[in-house]
Amino acid sequence: MSADAAYELHEYDVIVIGAGGAGLRAAIESAANGAKTALICKSLLGKAHTVMAEGGVAAALGNVEAEDSWQTHFQDTLFGGKYLNNWRMAELHAKEAPDRVRELEQWGGVFDRTPDGRMSQRAFGGHTYRRLVHIGDRTGLELIRTLQDRGIHQGIDVFMECTVTRLLKDGDRVCGAFGYWRTTGEFVVFKAKSIVLATGGLGKGWRITSNSWEYTGDGHALGFEAGAELVDMEFVQFHPTGMIWPPGVVGLLVTEAVRGEGGILRNGEGERFMERYDPKRMELSTRDVVARAIYTEVTEGRGSPRGGVFLDVTHLSPSLVKKRLPSMYSQFMDLAGVDITRKPMEVWPTCHYAMGGIKVDAETGASRVPGLFATGECSGGMHGANRLGGNSLSDLLVFGKRTGEGAALHAREAEAPRVDPAQVAAAAAEMVGYLDGPGEDPFRLHTELQDTMHENVGIFRTRDGLAQALVALEELRRRAKNLRIASGAREYNPGWHLCRELQALVLVTEAVTRAALLRTESRGAHSRLDFPATDDDWGDHNVVVTKGEDGMRVERRDVVKVAELEPLVAARKAAERA
Amino acid sequence: MSTRRFAVWRGAGTEGGLVEYDVETEEGMVVLDALREIQRWQAEDLAIRWNCKAAKCGSCSAEVNGKPCLMCKTRLDELPEGEVIRVEPMRAFPVIRDLVTDVSWNYEVNKRIPPFTPAPDTEWLIAQEDVDRMSEFRKCIECFLCQDVCHVLRDHDMKSNYFGPRFMVRIAALEMHPLDRADRVELLAGQAGIGLCNITKCCTEVCPEGIHITDNAIIPLKERVVDRYYDPLPMLGRKLAGRRRKDGPV
Repeated sequence: MSADAAYELHEYDVIVIGAGGAGLRAAIESAANGAKTALICKSLLGKAHTVMAEGGVAAALGNVEAEDSWQTHFQDTLFGGKYLNNWRMAELHAKEAPDRVRELEQWGGVFDRTPDGRMSQRAFGGHTYRRLVHIGDRTGLELIRTLQDRGIHQGIDVFMECTVTRLLKDGDRVCGAFGYWRTTGEFVVFKAKSIVLATGGLGKGWRITSNSWEYTGDGHALGFEAGAELVDMEFVQFHPTGMIWPPGVVGLLVTEAVRGEGGILRNGEGERFMERYDPKRMELSTRDVVARAIYTEVTEGRGSPRGGVFLDVTHLSPSLVKKRLPSMYSQFMDLAGVDITRKPMEVWPTCHYAMGGIKVDAETGASRVPGLFATGECSGGMHGANRLGGNSLSDLLVFGKRTGEGAALHAREAEAPRVDPAQVAAAAAEMVGYLDGPGEDPFRLHTELQDTMHENVGIFRTRDGLAQALVALEELRRRAKNLRIASGAREYNPGWHLCRELQALVLVTEAVTRAALLRTESRGAHSRLDFPATDDDWGDHNVVVTKGEDGMRVERRDVVKVAELEPLVAARKAAERA
Repeated sequence: MSTRRFAVWRGAGTEGGLVEYDVETEEGMVVLDALREIQRWQAEDLAIRWNCKAAKCGSCSAEVNGKPCLMCKTRLDELPEGEVIRVEPMRAFPVIRDLVTDVSWNYEVNKRIPPFTPAPDTEWLIAQEDVDRMSEFRKCIECFLCQDVCHVLRDHDMKSNYFGPRFMVRIAALEMHPLDRADRVELLAGQAGIGLCNITKCCTEVCPEGIHITDNAIIPLKERVVDRYYDPLPMLGRKLAGRRRKDGPV
């Protein structure tokens, strides 16, 4: 083996790839079940996008409104997801979220209180009752820090600034992973009996996104390449409110808590336009509806001066705004020079969250590949066609725990992993190959990819646009094989890192586009201008993308239903019709 | 639009120096935007650590014109016009490459702090005022700028003697939790080295979250240490009471 393909070797029962809330919660549970556990993350520990989740964690504790129950939370989640959710996942989520939040408090998490000292809960889009446990508008930071401070005392080995590029297989099962240290560029191989993917989203496939550089669909792509199924990939959530100015922060998230606390949306003519889209829920309608409404207002010429709409909290008392939305106050003050207690914000939808992901077993987080698990945003099924705000933090707690346990139990039974040196050599050769310039410029190719998805696979889609995108993606995929960087330095070299991340991005954006092309209806976050109606037949089917002999295979699959829950679902559908 | 000149520290370990780049700027631009422009068009291998771009994750810490700050929050229009903008890595930590430093020491320190430890029969009722007091400390984003500017760590490199302001803040959050029952006073006086802080408040000045590190975290913790080890009256009181009060503010 040549010197530049040398690697260090580690062996674990369970490796968790990704250290946001889902990965941390999975690692804690894996270690608690006696498994020797490693946690691998591209950034420093505690920096993952969970910190950007601001509004709160949804759990039917009933502290503020005692009428709340897991049944209502389940119904809200299915209504929000337009009934495409895996019912069993939505059921487990609604039932277990309260215990997971209480557990967080017992680990030292601190949340805002009711007058009698219990955890307080706030209103959020699509939730029937005030349900989101929160601390100001930095709930995600509280959650990740609490898990981080719990995790460091559990004997988990943390590999920070380490990127996994490939999963290694032994026959049908996964047996390890290949990656590199971002800091040194040196290679590392992990042997493992169980692998948990918890890599988060894929927002960097779009031009305007709330996601940071990290969210390149790594876990989606690793799972797909290893033989797992991807489900609901056509559903990409555009958060209704991203910043629109200054240019450097376009797409930056403006939390839904702004509307939860009473913020009002107005168009350029001063009209409270949500009256025309969802008079019942108004600003607290589901995210798909609000994002489409904003898009429609602006494209029909009723936008704000900078081409968005206004989000206004000036009618609230300045002290309340500063207390309940402190980080929004400073975000606009520091970055845009706008005092939101005196002037309205200007906002525009931003690519925020992938509902779609690796298809998993609800109880254990297992994919169909033996030894491979997934949890959090890179898994699919829980949120269906549209995720409710607040349901992602509860998702990652509930299923992070279940998946960590599932992976640890699998590792107890599994045989020792055997790693194939040829697979390791191929993975090393790929990374070394990018250093061998000249070739395609990764930054340029990334921009072209983002433009393609922005233009053709955004909030509104058409057959022509999607077909055009597929042609463009095919070409980008071909060119991505020839990505090269000019500098041969392996130490902390962002251009080199992007070469690999683009391989994942071209794959996952193709899966999104193919799934969107197959679903000939409009539902949740997927809106087809050529098929504007919702089709009842499609309402019983998910789209599943798998790796075929020659390219991607895209097919319809029945929604996972639970017979005992039929009455709850029927009751909610009847109530919505009334 | 105007052009601004940046002098960016490039190198690895102790070897390196300032390299100049010109960047076309636009309204509202921050230092991190400019560096990413340099990365995109002039130096694809420029090492920068960043994530959220919203001052919420604490990754992009560096020193701009000698002042420790988050690059995502430092607007170009707030820096003196017509002057070169100097961007250097945090000085208190070893440089990995360019603007990226090795901050792993901080993660090792954190492990030495006893975690939150509630009583087994806790009822989990907490007053909002207690939440507000802890919240000031818990909003820390771990940017480590306070560690960077602390004389004890920066100028004297006494990392084996003092945990630094960040971890005084963390200990304060734990100590002020009304339901916590662990005792960290011995740790503070001993290996955490709180006595080395001579309250110059430099840490408070650079904190992007506006945490009153010195006044609200370090000084009250110093008082606990003094109470325990040097003040005879409370010592006698504790002996008579047979236990330590943990339920009030410090």
